[in-house]
Amino acid sequence: MSITAKTEFKPKIVAFCCNWCSYAGADLAGSSRLSYPADVKIIRVPCSCRVNPMFVLRAFEKGADGVILCGCHPGDCHYSTGNYYTRRRMTLLFSMLDYIGVEQGRTRVEWVSAAEGVKFSTTMNEFVEKIHSLGENVRLGDLRCRN
Amino acid sequence: MQRIGVFVCHCGSNISATVDVEKVAQMSLLEPGVVHAEDYQYMCSEAGQARITEAVKEKKLTGIVVCSCSPRMHETTFRNAAERAGINPYMVEIANIREHCSWIHKNIEEGTEKAIILARAAIAKVTLNAPLKPGESRVTKRALVIGGGIAGIQTALDIAEAGYEVDIVEKTPSIGGRMSQLDKTFPTLDCSACILTPKMVEASAHDKINIYTYSEVDQVSGFVGDFTVDIRKKARSINMDKCTGCGVCSEKCPSKKISSEFNRGLGKRSAVYTPFAQAIPNVPVIDRENCIKFKTGKCGICEKVCQAGAVDYTQEDEIITEKYGAIVVATGFDTIKLDDFDEYAYNQSKDVITSLELERVMNAAGPTKGHLERLSDGKAPKNMVFIQCVGSRDVTCRGKVYCSKICCMYTAKHAMLIRDKYPDVNVTVFYIDVRTPGKNFDEFYRRAVEEYGVNYVKGQVGKVAPQANGQLLVQAVDLLDNKQILMEADMVVLATAIEPEAGVRKIATMLTASIDTNNFLTEAHPKLRPVESPTAGVFLSGVCQGPKDIPETVAQAGSAAVKAIGLLAKEKLMTNPCTAKSDELLCNGCSTCANVCPYGAITYEDREVNDHGIREVRRIAVVNNALCQGCGACTVTCPSGAMDLQGFSNRQIIAEVDAICR
Repeated sequence: MSITAKTEFKPKIVAFCCNWCSYAGADLAGSSRLSYPADVKIIRVPCSCRVNPMFVLRAFEKGADGVILCGCHPGDCHYSTGNYYTRRRMTLLFSMLDYIGVEQGRTRVEWVSAAEGVKFSTTMNEFVEKIHSLGENVRLGDLRCRN
Repeated sequence: MQRIGVFVCHCGSNISATVDVEKVAQMSLLEPGVVHAEDYQYMCSEAGQARITEAVKEKKLTGIVVCSCSPRMHETTFRNAAERAGINPYMVEIANIREHCSWIHKNIEEGTEKAIILARAAIAKVTLNAPLKPGESRVTKRALVIGGGIAGIQTALDIAEAGYEVDIVEKTPSIGGRMSQLDKTFPTLDCSACILTPKMVEASAHDKINIYTYSEVDQVSGFVGDFTVDIRKKARSINMDKCTGCGVCSEKCPSKKISSEFNRGLGKRSAVYTPFAQAIPNVPVIDRENCIKFKTGKCGICEKVCQAGAVDYTQEDEIITEKYGAIVVATGFDTIKLDDFDEYAYNQSKDVITSLELERVMNAAGPTKGHLERLSDGKAPKNMVFIQCVGSRDVTCRGKVYCSKICCMYTAKHAMLIRDKYPDVNVTVFYIDVRTPGKNFDEFYRRAVEEYGVNYVKGQVGKVAPQANGQLLVQAVDLLDNKQILMEADMVVLATAIEPEAGVRKIATMLTASIDTNNFLTEAHPKLRPVESPTAGVFLSGVCQGPKDIPETVAQAGSAAVKAIGLLAKEKLMTNPCTAKSDELLCNGCSTCANVCPYGAITYEDREVNDHGIREVRRIAVVNNALCQGCGACTVTCPSGAMDLQGFSNRQIIAEVDAICR
């Protein structure tokens, strides 16, 4: 970590959103002008089950301070069962991450339907606030990625 | 190396107001592979698209990033533009800098910084894009309509008139739906049955329409153009081919005290019954839960009296499997349960009824033969109170937050009809707002007030208390005069909120159609694609999509039919090319991917592979592109990393992650 003057903490947050529910929910939040911090950057995936745990690890390695996955509500998955896999995989991954020091608060899975613009926005606001309270992520980060 | 062009849209001022679009274009030029970047007022316009095609030709671009609105909006537009310019349409990526950026951030610095990062992620992704080619799939020229109310009937008639086969699946013993329970319709005061039953007859007589009543959808598989549906025909215990509809069985049935669903529990029916006189088909059903024969094994009277020999106690549920190209959901609505609304004394007093129950009371075929009378003692009421918004526009969690839309108008209708037929009955309506947007609606409401002398009071009712003398004491506030009101009423009618029919969530799950928190099905786009579900091949008709009156339902039913016809008219459909693909050098044939695939799209094949000079036969996974829907479950589950998803590959997503975290 380079020694520089402490600036305001601007968290890097990666949000994986499934194409059918949560990405549309984020679109609805946008068209309804429901704001949330610009720190959240959304990556579109066909289904939350497309998110390989490796992507989450990669994000932390590259310096992300928080990773959130959004998918359809259980039972409403466009592909029937995808979000069930997400739920199990991420429960396991997040507890392992917690074990090695990436706090549970830095990771989250949330179900947001296409009609839930408000929920998308409040979820993101809450999540960013949580990351602010946790501060910069120092675990797992590849030091070469820092500047 | 790719040659990438970045096109940043102002979207008028929708984007440029909070994002410095020029800077986004400039900064994009610094990214590796980007050879062209520009911004323009409306990229989606013809001129904007022309700029893209020109740049492709001039700069020999191989990949395109458009920084604009959501890909759900204009991805297809820009893909088509790319194709016209001579590059593969799947070499286009969209950076969503409107919905996900400019519209939610107020600070231009913040917005610009985020837009640059989103553009960077899209550039990183498009660098790894590969040309993809959609496959083709066939279209089964047959439609399924779930629900046999006015929405379903109209949709089926319109599809059938276009020459396609349609099946209607209706869960109750007859088609007709809620509309068949209504007495009159606003704002014309047409008799509901008189306008509905001809449609019912037309549907049942149509040679392209096949109606399954007393049936439910059990299972759905497949996808647009090629759905396979299991329909459960519940055991009717009556042979439909033999039954002549004479009705002797219902007449002679000794078990006559069963509350009638059609009359909303206000009347009785027998265990073998047709719900109403004009039922289609006119074939009764034996309600096995209440039938003495099924409960005790004795009785059997209906079998003895049936001259056609149609009664069949041994009938069992039958599963019919059929293929469809399109599915229309028309499941309709019900009124909400009023158990949590104790203050209106709905459960305590028989004289507090819902508006739908009043429809039955006022109907000549209803429990009171159309006479307006108190259900407790049969006396004619002198004072009637209508309460609007019971459970609608209710932000406490017991009701519904939305406006049920139809209540203002049907309450005006009830009030008017009562004043017309019984001029000595005083009618008072308590309302929050009277909403009358619709052709001839406000005129109708004003007639109720001005010509028929209905007393409208702006204010809510706090309590309805049944008195010892059988009267109902109504406590309310008059908001305009700012005073408390205490009045006695003989009957209270509750304009109860409507909600989607209870089974709709199960159907939505089977169809993988989106549904909102109020159980209304979600449209593909709220404004531009209001009758399509986001799930291709599934269309929405009637109240299952949101509250509607009859003309709106009929109009939507027609447009759902048009969309279904448009699909059925196609010979072939282009399939999504973003499917899974296994790397034959990495796959070890372990079958893990096949186990998680919801479509059965993965099979195994023994194939000769050339692994760095070693030629051998290996068992490897093969994806059937026609079946694969591209969810990506297999890619994550694959222990050797052999499975990847085209269009959303591991490398592409990781590149996006890297670009965002850089």
